[in-house]
Amino acid sequence: MNKYITAYYNDEEDLLKGLKQIKSKGVEVADVLSPFPVHGLDKALGMKRSRLTRVAFTGGAIGAMIGFGFQAWVFTQAYPLNFGGKPFLAVPSFIPVTFEMAVLFAAFSMVFAFLIHNKLGPGAAAVIHDERITDDRFLLVVKVADDENTHTIEEVLNEAGAHGITLKKKN
Amino acid sequence: MYVSPLREPLIKGAKDYSQVTKDILAPMAGKPSKYWYMGITLSGAAALFGAWATFMTVYYGIGTWGLNKTIGWAWDITNFVWWVGIGHAGTFISAILLLFRQKWRTSINRSAEAMTLMAIACAGFFPLIHMGRLLLGFFILPYPNTRALWVNFNSPLLWDVFAITTYLLVSLVFWYIGLIPDLGTVRDKATGKIRKAIYGFLSFGWTGSARHCSRHETISLILAGLAAPLVLSVHTIVSFDFATSVIPGWHTTIFPPYFVSGAVFSGFAMVLTLLIVARKALNLEDYITVGHIENMNKVIIITGSIVGIAYITEFFMAWYSGVEYEQYAFINRATGPYAWAYWIMMTCNVITPQLFWFKKIRTNLVATFIISIFVNIGMWFERFVIVVTSLHRDYLPSSWSMYKPSMVEVGLYVGTLGVFFTLFLLFIRAFPVIAIAEVKSVLKSSGDNKKDVHHE
Repeated sequence: MNKYITAYYNDEEDLLKGLKQIKSKGVEVADVLSPFPVHGLDKALGMKRSRLTRVAFTGGAIGAMIGFGFQAWVFTQAYPLNFGGKPFLAVPSFIPVTFEMAVLFAAFSMVFAFLIHNKLGPGAAAVIHDERITDDRFLLVVKVADDENTHTIEEVLNEAGAHGITLKKKN
Repeated sequence: MYVSPLREPLIKGAKDYSQVTKDILAPMAGKPSKYWYMGITLSGAAALFGAWATFMTVYYGIGTWGLNKTIGWAWDITNFVWWVGIGHAGTFISAILLLFRQKWRTSINRSAEAMTLMAIACAGFFPLIHMGRLLLGFFILPYPNTRALWVNFNSPLLWDVFAITTYLLVSLVFWYIGLIPDLGTVRDKATGKIRKAIYGFLSFGWTGSARHCSRHETISLILAGLAAPLVLSVHTIVSFDFATSVIPGWHTTIFPPYFVSGAVFSGFAMVLTLLIVARKALNLEDYITVGHIENMNKVIIITGSIVGIAYITEFFMAWYSGVEYEQYAFINRATGPYAWAYWIMMTCNVITPQLFWFKKIRTNLVATFIISIFVNIGMWFERFVIVVTSLHRDYLPSSWSMYKPSMVEVGLYVGTLGVFFTLFLLFIRAFPVIAIAEVKSVLKSSGDNKKDVHHE
């Protein structure tokens, strides 16, 4: 059984201040749920830089290769057609389709990576701790081990100015 | 947080986060107003007219149109280019302005992007129907077939297929990814059980977790980085349809930049036409302020001026090139049988937007609305002038001809307008018209209330 404590702030600046104080007391904050991206939160939670850029680059490179390779194959191997004596491997006129394929693959590979990695998708189940986190509340989640004393953590949160401190259990 | 004392607030009125949510979700709740029903009846009727015209074209063939052997492209391609152009404003606002960190985009990007999608859908319809056999539209895709024949990758018309498809798909994911956090808000604010389930499904399980938020920001930024060159490439490729041909008046190297700025120009005009009405009807005047409208009008001045310079450059180059066919094409545009169309274009695109140099006019909503309609009309005529006047008199005088649209062609155009407005009216009922999460993220630095209240 997983136990965790949630508490919320009404303002992102209070949240960042409180988070610093909580961290200095040695309490680990697992996640923060907020209605919009709060800048500085990634640093406060020690998150690594997203690798989505690499996915996009790889996807784009694959798309460009498929796009160019396919056109080259069609016009030199599969069905070479003579268009007014122009070269079969007409590189300049392959560029538009190559570019579009690169953009398409980069965008879609990144979006799918984002959705799969974050376990988001059509109809994905969301654990809604507080219905106001998509409205005006900034909720933080502290995971608690079974034998840990929740009391001290609650006290730290209280001191840091968090509201609505509640202990929750989840299977 | 640093708050500029000089800049006008982007969001008016003393608002906190929950007020923002409430204001933006308000148009989705309750029963639609009387005007909404009137609007959708009107646009639905227009769409039905289009359905009739589509039926006539498919059943009897392209002969129901006013085309002849000289003028093989007319309203169909005019409408196609016009609609694609309108789509460009949405991507410009959401991608290029995001890269330039323009905070005022947050109030208008959602609806402009939705407009992009609807406009591309309308645009895509014309190349398909102008082939006559709508059901054989898949012939333009490179798929393995019994003839062992592939499409011509050297043709700009084929590049269009890839450009428009990619543009539609990437715009769709960009728009939807941006929508996910707001769909979470709609889900959490929904009262009905069915409504909650639908938006729960659509919101992709969004919880606003810091990890998701941070990656969401990264992905939005990269998608913007991808969409920015994409939007430039799309109208460039559309202009290649003309520029790579040998018809006088089409065969010009100036076309790509001229088409792209024209596209942004007409797109912003359409955004203004829609939003000036929508902000009033949906009570969103605090979010889409006169300042937003003024900013868009500034974009209209610059792109309109680029378009004007391009018209003059074209004329100059026709003379300077020494090619008599090219020279005739341009003199014929300004003085020939279609001179009226040319002068409508010049008046609407070059003269009227210059009125926005006056602050009084560019901050006046009625004036802006009227001028935006003028720009829409002018940009439609620009495409008509390029397509029809260039074709109707080319190298061989014995083939010269005139073109008049048939009722079926009018129906197709009015039909796409109907579909466009119907979709927009449905959109404002089904989705938040303003990006709630993004507005909240700029509320502190650019809101009205936070300037004097509590945060030191």
